[in-house]
Amino acid sequence: MAVDLPSANSALWQPNRKRSKRVQFIVKSIFALFAIVSIATTAGIVLTLIYETIAFFGEVSIIDYLTDTKWTPLFQSQKFGIIVLISATFLTSGIAIIVALPLGLLSAICLSEYASPEVRKVLKPILEILAGVPSVVYGYFALLFVTPLLQSLFAWFATFPVIGLAVPELEGFNALSAGIVLGIMITPLVASLSEDAIYSVPQSLRDGSYALGATKRETVTRVVLPAALSGIVSSVILAISRAIGETMTVTLAAGQNPRLGLNPFVPVMTMTAFIVQVSLGDTPAGSLAYKTIYAVGMTLFLLTLVLNLFSFWFVRRFREKYE
Amino acid sequence: MTQVSSSTELVTEAVLRAQGVKVYYGTNLAVRDVTLDIPFNKVVAFIGPSGCGKSTILRCFNRMNDLVASARVEGKITFHGRDLYASNIDPVETRRRIGMVFQKPNPFPKSIFENIAFGARINGYKGDMNELVEDSLRRAALWDEVKDQLQESGLALSGGQQQRLCIARAIAIAPEVILMDEPCSALDPISTLKVEELIQELKQQYTIVIVTHNMQQASRVSDLTAFYNAEATEGGNKVGYLVEYDRTEVIFQNPTQQATQEYVSGRFG
Ligand SMILES: Nc1ncnc2c1ncn2[C@@H]1O[C@H](COP(=O)(O)OP(=O)(O)OP(=O)(O)O)[C@@H](O)[C@H]1O
Ligand SMILES: [Mg+2]
Repeated sequence: MAVDLPSANSALWQPNRKRSKRVQFIVKSIFALFAIVSIATTAGIVLTLIYETIAFFGEVSIIDYLTDTKWTPLFQSQKFGIIVLISATFLTSGIAIIVALPLGLLSAICLSEYASPEVRKVLKPILEILAGVPSVVYGYFALLFVTPLLQSLFAWFATFPVIGLAVPELEGFNALSAGIVLGIMITPLVASLSEDAIYSVPQSLRDGSYALGATKRETVTRVVLPAALSGIVSSVILAISRAIGETMTVTLAAGQNPRLGLNPFVPVMTMTAFIVQVSLGDTPAGSLAYKTIYAVGMTLFLLTLVLNLFSFWFVRRFREKYE
Repeated sequence: MTQVSSSTELVTEAVLRAQGVKVYYGTNLAVRDVTLDIPFNKVVAFIGPSGCGKSTILRCFNRMNDLVASARVEGKITFHGRDLYASNIDPVETRRRIGMVFQKPNPFPKSIFENIAFGARINGYKGDMNELVEDSLRRAALWDEVKDQLQESGLALSGGQQQRLCIARAIAIAPEVILMDEPCSALDPISTLKVEELIQELKQQYTIVIVTHNMQQASRVSDLTAFYNAEATEGGNKVGYLVEYDRTEVIFQNPTQQATQEYVSGRFG
């Protein structure tokens, strides 16, 4: 002890400060250890990525990587146009967000503004469970249910005169059903997080709006949703990064054909699907193909990082502090 | 039964009239048998201990209680002689004509301009919006302080400015009555004074009902004062009721009820 304070009834009060200090120290060290392990793991992953990516760009020019329009790293004539894989990822994630944004946002609004408290109490946890369904299930759902369904739908449309001629053929592997199912998969995420944001808008704002003669719809669309905007945007961005990084569904349902373009009816290969393809094959460590997956991984990492930075900035910029 | 004295001479024309109003939350009776008239272009203060139902009665006047699922209103409330709770009355329209200012300032997370324009837009205002915003802010004694920052967030203002913004927002939609639920309880003395001065101004054009815990405030701003009290029932619930309603100087200097006398002189409970 640094200073001995005079004590009136020292016989009665004798806390064991030494022991509690020791316990404190041990607990602190254990937590610090855990923290260091997780930070070190992340750092290790990023360092490996950087190391192998640099090795990759030692053999392939970064200009080719960014401008080539073919992706054939496993062929004799190797081409590394990452734009091919990015276009596929962009396509599936784009379709996914077209599906998930209206679906997720509407269910969030319904749940927080229109559902009774009892209904909300039941549905909210169900939504969160849905977000935890393994993605391989969604992948098979896309491949074995959604694709055949869409195919028969397309075939039916093709029987119509005039417009029937414009209906394309849907291949067994395609970006459309992968994207749709990806969208269904991230809908609970959008719904649940947006619902949190909408629900946490203070009741006093709603009261203020009603007291000015606003209807419920006006209150929701013009006061509550704008007030929850930053939370909604960050939930959507989180869902997009989830869609970009999602692997199982797109590998199973979208196919393995690296193809540049945004045609949703044909097989394509996303960045994640390529990583799966190489990882599953017997590519020797240290070979160029092996380094390629690190370069692709790095690209994926940078894409999501940029998205998350944007989300971070947006939330900081537009979050309203009510207190 | 409580006695409610009423001096008929001061009742010019009742804008709002409550007759035997009871409010329940679920099965709990919160306030019973409130009968009073709110006369045209007067300021009426509601005073009384916490939980006696002042806010509850206030919220009946613009049907804000409709938004509380468990609330039920019995008895009759008329607005210019028409039953406010009749099935053909639209609560949304009612709230445009009977505005409300809340205890805690609650500006929208929008610009100062939009805070005021919002109510006008949703109510289909066809006039010049810039003019309306300026006029409302002037009448709320806020224009000079914010005229150069109309595009900035309403949340960036101080508490007192926020509350005057909320008053400006309320008067922008041209209500006839303004209900104020403890509008100064979150404000410092200077801001409170400003809001009180504002109430004196607004009295020329609006009928005002103000809930307050501040006796001086009630005696300063109001023409009439209603004192509410609460009593415990056998079930243990507290039920509020109107004790006395009269001209403010009568309530503060010469009340007929002993409870009123004790409350206004601070010797209560
Ligand atoms: N939304 C509600 N649901 C259930 N009971 C409520 C609700 N609002 C108010 N009450 C009850 O009604 C009674 C009167 O409340 P009210 O808010 O009208 O009192 P008050 O006089 O305004 O008090 P204060 O001076 O503290 O604001 C209280 O017993 C309260 O518990
Ligand atoms: Mg109250």
